[in-house]
Amino acid sequence: MYTAAVFLPLLGAVIAGLFGRLIGDRLSQIITTGLLFLSAILGCIILWQFASTPNPQPTTIQVFTWIASGELRIPWALRYDMLSAVMVFVVTFCSAFIHLYSIGYMEGDSGIPRFFAYISLFTFAMLMLVTADNFVQMFFGWEGVGLCSYFLIGHDYHRDSANAAAIKAFVVNRVGDFGFALGIFAVFMIFGSLDFGTVLPAAQELAGKKIAFAGVMVDGQYALTIACILLFIGAMGKSAQFLLHTWLPDAMEGPTPVSALIHAATMVTAGVFMVVRLSPIFEYAPDALALVTVIGAITAFFAATIGLVQNDIKRVIAYSTCSQLGYMFFAAGVSAYPAAIFHLMTHAFFKALLFLGSGAVIHGMHHEQDMRKMGGLWSKMKPVAIVMWIGSLALAGIPFFAGYFSKDIILESAFGAETNVGYFAFWTGVAAALMTAFYSWRLLFMTFHLPYRGDPHTYEHIEKTPWTMMVPLIVLAAGAVVAGYLGYKSFVGEGWQSFWGPSIKIVGEHKALEHAHHSPIWVALLPAVVGVLGIALAWYAYMTSSRLPERLAAQHEPLYKFLLNKWYFDELYDAIFVRPAFWVGRLLWRGGDGKVIDGFGPDGIAATTIKTARRVAALQTGYVYHYAFAILVGVVVFVTLELFGVFRVLR
Amino acid sequence: MTSWPLLTVVTFLPLVGVLFILALVRGDEEATNRNARYMALWTSLATFLVSLLIWINFDKSKAGFQFVETLKWFELPGNYTLTYKMGVDGISMFFVLLATLLTPICVISAWTAVKERVREYMIAFLVLETLMVGTFCALDLVTFYVFFEGVLIPMFLIIGIWGGERRVYSAFKFVLYTLLGSILMLLAMFALYFQAGTTDIPALLAFAKDKGIDASMQTWLWLAFFASFAVKTPMWPVHTWLPDAHVEAPTAGSVMLAGVLLKMGGYGFLRFSLPMFPEASIYFTPLVYALSIVAIIYTSLVALAQEDMKKLVAYSSVAHMGFVTLGIFAATHQIKDKAVLGEQAVQGAIFQMLSHGIVSASLFLIVGVVYDRMHTRLIERYGGLVHRMPKYAFVFMVMMLASVGLPGTSGFVGEFLVLLGTFQANVWVAVLAASGVVLGCTYMLWLYRRVIFGQLVRADLKTITDLNFREVIVFAPLVLLVIWMGVYPSSFLDVIGPSVKGLVSDFKAAICARDAACFPGVVGAR
Repeated sequence: MYTAAVFLPLLGAVIAGLFGRLIGDRLSQIITTGLLFLSAILGCIILWQFASTPNPQPTTIQVFTWIASGELRIPWALRYDMLSAVMVFVVTFCSAFIHLYSIGYMEGDSGIPRFFAYISLFTFAMLMLVTADNFVQMFFGWEGVGLCSYFLIGHDYHRDSANAAAIKAFVVNRVGDFGFALGIFAVFMIFGSLDFGTVLPAAQELAGKKIAFAGVMVDGQYALTIACILLFIGAMGKSAQFLLHTWLPDAMEGPTPVSALIHAATMVTAGVFMVVRLSPIFEYAPDALALVTVIGAITAFFAATIGLVQNDIKRVIAYSTCSQLGYMFFAAGVSAYPAAIFHLMTHAFFKALLFLGSGAVIHGMHHEQDMRKMGGLWSKMKPVAIVMWIGSLALAGIPFFAGYFSKDIILESAFGAETNVGYFAFWTGVAAALMTAFYSWRLLFMTFHLPYRGDPHTYEHIEKTPWTMMVPLIVLAAGAVVAGYLGYKSFVGEGWQSFWGPSIKIVGEHKALEHAHHSPIWVALLPAVVGVLGIALAWYAYMTSSRLPERLAAQHEPLYKFLLNKWYFDELYDAIFVRPAFWVGRLLWRGGDGKVIDGFGPDGIAATTIKTARRVAALQTGYVYHYAFAILVGVVVFVTLELFGVFRVLR
Repeated sequence: MTSWPLLTVVTFLPLVGVLFILALVRGDEEATNRNARYMALWTSLATFLVSLLIWINFDKSKAGFQFVETLKWFELPGNYTLTYKMGVDGISMFFVLLATLLTPICVISAWTAVKERVREYMIAFLVLETLMVGTFCALDLVTFYVFFEGVLIPMFLIIGIWGGERRVYSAFKFVLYTLLGSILMLLAMFALYFQAGTTDIPALLAFAKDKGIDASMQTWLWLAFFASFAVKTPMWPVHTWLPDAHVEAPTAGSVMLAGVLLKMGGYGFLRFSLPMFPEASIYFTPLVYALSIVAIIYTSLVALAQEDMKKLVAYSSVAHMGFVTLGIFAATHQIKDKAVLGEQAVQGAIFQMLSHGIVSASLFLIVGVVYDRMHTRLIERYGGLVHRMPKYAFVFMVMMLASVGLPGTSGFVGEFLVLLGTFQANVWVAVLAASGVVLGCTYMLWLYRRVIFGQLVRADLKTITDLNFREVIVFAPLVLLVIWMGVYPSSFLDVIGPSVKGLVSDFKAAICARDAACFPGVVGAR
């Protein structure tokens, strides 16, 4: 059962990918979707099994040896513990419903078997990632999801913007992977193994011990910190954290179900999962944890500021995703790993819901994504509007919706960490929560409640949402309402340790999660209060005649431009990385290879040889006494050299 | 089975085919061409099947040479007997298979592309096969040298006769570069003989391990061998012959060049430089590090700027071979202070060579497919091919992904092991080399995007046809192999492993025999 849950999606992908043309669109959809629902059912059973066992222990299923070299042994193996059970559940559940939704959404597309093959393949890679029992298999899943994301972003391969976005996603992720790979090498250097089963328990013995690292004796904690920071760079790339976030908004070029599955619910959370999976190492690298907290907090804040001014409906949600991932990271950074995973799960529900809802809007609007050309859709597509409201209420952390429980515990943990970075994360998190509520309702108002501003023809022909799309929306909406309430007690409640078993480790001194349950009343209430405040502000700005947004944009134009252009990160990277790389490449090719190496090397030698040959030819005068003289000179030189013993040395 | 000389059969079977072509292929031009093609195909396929017997009968628990054949050739004055000696170990075995696999693929790929002097073309490839296989099997300096240098001749002709417009310039550049190196190597081989009194490679290895070659002598010999192998690999800055040779060579020529000929340099390092000159190898390791890193980063950047598909693939070859040289020498680093042998880097380097042999050969074939149809290699003349050529796009995709080292493909295993091993030796070298992985994915993805994706706008591409049956036959085994090597590399690593372990532990034993301050570790497995 454990194996089937992982490999069923692969089976679907292979069938649809290789025989898609043969069996046709409909059958490809039915097979991939059917297998995924099967896998999701298994995922539910596995989760239930683990959740009903107190203190569940990990089990590993060995498939076969992958790489063996010297003392290095890397198997293909599936590791199931509470953490991977939760992840398998989230991934298969979201993926199954997004498969179903795609049947309706992709209607009329020219590459349906291809699309379904890739999202099934993606699901397989993601499952390999979360069930990996060693670093390299995790890296396999990690690159696999990146690859599928590349293909799915570029699904409309005839569009240049989609291709550019796909490459950007892959390359930026590669920068992260560069860190991840080096982190793996560092782990091997420290532990001499890459198995989670060997490495994770060994970390605690290293703190305070002297070990050889990179040729010098260093403190074990120092080596762990370096390894963790390198690994975290990988997580930053995959989870679109500050500095490596630029690919995520562009990734919205992909079809909306892809954004929901990959760029909201699953792949982008892989970084968070990684940090939590490696909690037994990160716990002994406090400096790395502090970095995780700070980067997470900055991302939460910075992405929210950009989300305030974007006009593309999907980009608003994309920046919101970025920002929410920031929350998960700083939760992990203050050692509240269960809270991070809790938010990961609730976020998967409500953010997939928001994306799919916006997909329904885009579908209805004949592929219009600009919110400035929307409005008045409340009366046209009421069910979609209602689920979008539910999703936004959950995202904004309004009491009793899913996001309330998870975001609340994160902010309380940040406060409860009682460290400087913790307080920093708390306050930036609160500010981001205010902005989150604001931009969510800005989105709702602009889409559903303001008067319609687009092309009247489109408005009259708004397409109905088919049942294949509506069912997933309703299921996810239900999740967005109840997931927080249902999960709170076991995930982050007082008995979290017996729920998670050994899959998450928090050392005794890190008491953020414990303190979170006894935080001051104002800390507990603040997130909900700023959430309501944000909604009220959005209402004042957009639904009254205040014209606040226009006035603000006009008064603070530089700031508005700065936010609208996403802090100018794309321009900056283009100027310092992309263009110089091409420029240097051309320079080295024409100058280095052409002028210097060939100029002095083969071409130069050839030219010199020809010149010399002409000179030598000129020497052949035909006069005997010239030759006789030359021979004489030669003999003299020879004898002299012999006398000085040159030849003896050569011998 | 081992009673008959398997290696000799594999080596000289192609020559039998040549004889048949010379003797039997007659008639009008069309019949000649057809018969020559079929003759070459059956010969090379038979050779490949026989070479599979080597793998099947290979004892993968042993580190030393297997299938050894010795034959007195003729006696020279001065009590010297010229010996013909063949044998393979885990290091060389797969290179033999690589050569025998790629030859039939080359023959099929040139089925319709080559229209002139078909008979001679096929003969050139069969002769080339004999020489390549011989190079990897030879266990005597003289035999090795004959094969190693002999390879130049058919390759020179293939480029010079069936090449593109600037074929003569490229062919000469190729030969001049390589000859320069090989003359130095020949001198070094003489010196080696005078030192050890034998040209027998196993005997030389034993001599180097037990007695050791005089340290200052080692330096010179190492440099002389290095000159030859560095050109062949090619390492920066003696790589500039490669892009020119590739661009002018016919497709099958590029396949052989990238697939097998480049591996002779790396093989030479492993067979000669490392075990015979251990002290010098350690001494020069920083040099190799530096050149490898420059190769990886420099040529990746240069590849980014290319407008010609074949040049781009050629430059990517230089970058990938940079990982190979890095891996080979990473094992030498601080070996006497270490308890573990750290053979991952060397194994990775060998695996990377095999993988690169398949992947770069495939990439050249991929370029050849569209060149046969459109007669241009300029990237800007293509775009949107996926609309007309879905099968082609799929094959190209797999090879592109293998080239960027995606896990699950063959490209990952080699690169990963090399970088892992290098990191244990020198962190900063590994960091710099790993940055090449980022650049590598940039130029390949960008190439793929420009050729395959986008709108199909150019009028002349509107009628381009997808892979035909013959081309599918060519690519199918390569695609399967790339995935097999990526998912279950153990079938290869298990064979390579013991010999590499032997190599590295002998290396350590040789160093420790002359150095008191040596960490007592695994010593001598061979």
